[in-house]
Amino acid sequence: MSMLDRIVGTKKIESNGHLADDADLITDSSLIAGRVSAWDAVQAARNIKRPHALDIIQRVFDNFQELHGDRGFRDDPAIVGGIAELDGRPLVVVGEQKGASTEENIARNFGMPHPEGYRKAIRLYRLAEKFHLPLITLIDTPGAYPGPEGEERGQAEAIAKAIFTMTRLQTPIIVVILGEGGSGGALALAVGDVVLAMQNAIYSVISPEGSAAILWRSPSEAERAAKAARLAGPDLLDLGVVDALIPEPAGGAHTDHEATANAVKRALVAQLTRLERVAIPELLSARYERFRSYGALADTGVSDAPPPPAPTWRKLLNRMWPK
Amino acid sequence: MPFGRKPKEFPSHLWTQCPNCGEMLFNKQLVRNHSVCTKCQHHFRMAARARIELLSDKDSFIEHDAALVSGDPLGFTDSKPYPERIAAAQAKSGEKDAAIAGTALIGGHPVELVVMDFEFMGGSMGSVVGEKITRAAERALASRNALVIVSASGGARMQEGTLALMQMGKILSALARLDDADIPYVSIITDPTTGGVLASYASLGDVILAEPGALIRFSGERVTSGTVGEKLPIGFGKSEFLLERGFLDQIVPRPQLKERVAFLIGAFRAGQNDMRWSL
Repeated sequence: MSMLDRIVGTKKIESNGHLADDADLITDSSLIAGRVSAWDAVQAARNIKRPHALDIIQRVFDNFQELHGDRGFRDDPAIVGGIAELDGRPLVVVGEQKGASTEENIARNFGMPHPEGYRKAIRLYRLAEKFHLPLITLIDTPGAYPGPEGEERGQAEAIAKAIFTMTRLQTPIIVVILGEGGSGGALALAVGDVVLAMQNAIYSVISPEGSAAILWRSPSEAERAAKAARLAGPDLLDLGVVDALIPEPAGGAHTDHEATANAVKRALVAQLTRLERVAIPELLSARYERFRSYGALADTGVSDAPPPPAPTWRKLLNRMWPK
Repeated sequence: MPFGRKPKEFPSHLWTQCPNCGEMLFNKQLVRNHSVCTKCQHHFRMAARARIELLSDKDSFIEHDAALVSGDPLGFTDSKPYPERIAAAQAKSGEKDAAIAGTALIGGHPVELVVMDFEFMGGSMGSVVGEKITRAAERALASRNALVIVSASGGARMQEGTLALMQMGKILSALARLDDADIPYVSIITDPTTGGVLASYASLGDVILAEPGALIRFSGERVTSGTVGEKLPIGFGKSEFLLERGFLDQIVPRPQLKERVAFLIGAFRAGQNDMRWSL
C-alpha cells in the first residue's frame, strides 16, 4: 500500500474512520445497498438533468473566475476552467462541460473536447503548478471529439500531452468523475493523487455502444457490453481505479443538485486537507506508484529467453578488435 | 477448359499481390526487401520479430519479460471468454502478448527496444503491453540507454476495461521520468496506429518517425464517419497527412529506418557527452 493511501485513507484502512466521518464517502462496494445495473448506471450518468461541471463549480466554489483559450487556436466550450476558492483556499479547477439542453449541448459539442480544449487544460495545469495552487478536475465526457477537425489539429497528441503533464505536475490533484468518463478523453483530466467518482458515474475504455459494435458486431448489444466492461462506480472501486465514491441523493444526482454539490464539497474539502499535508516530492512518488501498480499480470515462470550464443568467429573477431 | 481446374498461376504460398500497384511479388524476394513492394515501394505490415531483425545489430537483441501473460481482471466474455481469445492469439502467433521488449544495439548504440505486434489481437494494449513498455522505460532510466518504441496497434484492449486505459497513465508516468532525466526516446509509428496508443506514448517521442503510407489516426474510420456522417477524403490520416500537419518529424522508408535511428541516437549522445555543457 502506497504512502499516500496511508495518509489519505482508502478502503483498506477505512476502519480509522477518517473518510466515513469527514466526508461520508463510500470506500467499500459491498456496503452499497441496492446496486443499480450497469445499464442503469450508464443512463444515470448520461441524464441530461444531471449537474454538470459548471453547476458543481457554481455551487461548490466561491469567486470562480473562468479563464479562456488555448493561446493557439480558439476557446473550446467543451472544457471550462479557471481560478476559484474552496472554503477560502484558492485553487485551479478544470472540467468537461456538457449542456443541459439540446441547444447548449450543440454549443458545448456534447462535452466532447477538441484538441484546443485539452491544450487549454494543459495551460491551466501549468498555471496551477506555477503558482502552487491545488488542481481539481471534473470529468464528464462521452470521449474526445472523433471528427476530422480533431484529427487535423492533433487530438491524439493533445491528449497524450495532457496525461503526460499531469503525471509530473508539482501540485496536489483531486479528480472527480461527475458523469461519463469516456476513455482517453477523460484520462486527459483524470491523472490525480485522489480519484473520486459520483456513485452513479461510469468510467470506461470505450463506450458500451462502441465495444458492442466491435466485439458483438451490433450496437444493440450495448447493454451486455456495459455489463461486461464493469464501468459502474462499485466496479471501479473494486478495480482500484477510483479511491472512493461520493454518495448521490436517493433517486440520483439529477433529483437534487444542491445536495449533490454539498456532498462533492465535503469530499473535496476533506481530501484537500489531507493532501496539503504531503510534501510535493512524496506526492509525486505516490502518484507514480499509484499508476505504476495498475494491471492484471501473471509471470508464467518461464524465465527470460537466454541471449543467443554469438558465433565462434565473432567471439574471435571481438577479441582481436574490441569495439 | 471443361474438365478440372486450371492450375493456379500464382500460388499464395509463393506469391503475394501488392494491394497498391497489383504487381505479383515473389514471397522470398518480398521478405528480402523488408516486405516493401519492389515496384511501387508499398510498405506491407511487418511481423514484430522481423522488425527487431531489421532494426537491431545482428544477434544483439536480448529479450526481457518474455514470460509475462495477461490476467482476466474483468472476467470478460463476448462471443468467447477473454482467456480463450488470448490462448488463440498465442497459438497463432507464438508470442505471449502484443509487444516484444528487450535490449539491443542499433548501429552500435545500446537501446531499450519495444516492438508491437499487430498480429496479436490487433496490437491492442493491455496490462502486459503496458508493463513491458514501462519496464523498458525504467531500464532505460537505470542504464541511460535510449528508448525506441515501434508502435502498431488498434488502441487500448477493450477486454481489460479501465485497467487497459490506466496503462496509458502508467507508461506516460515512466516516460515523464525519462524526459526529466534527458534520456532520448524515439517513437516509430507504423501501419496502423490508432486510439490509446497514438494518444499516449506514440505521440510523445523526442523524435517521431513514421513509415510511408501508414494509417495514423486517433479514432477509427467507423467512429469518425459514424459521428460526422460523411466520407473522409482519400489519404486522410495517413502518415503524409500527419507530416504536413506537423505531428511527425519524418517519414522514413523502411530500408533507411535503422540507419536513421542510429544517427539520431548517436547525435543526441554526442551532444550529451560534450563537456562544454556540463558544469
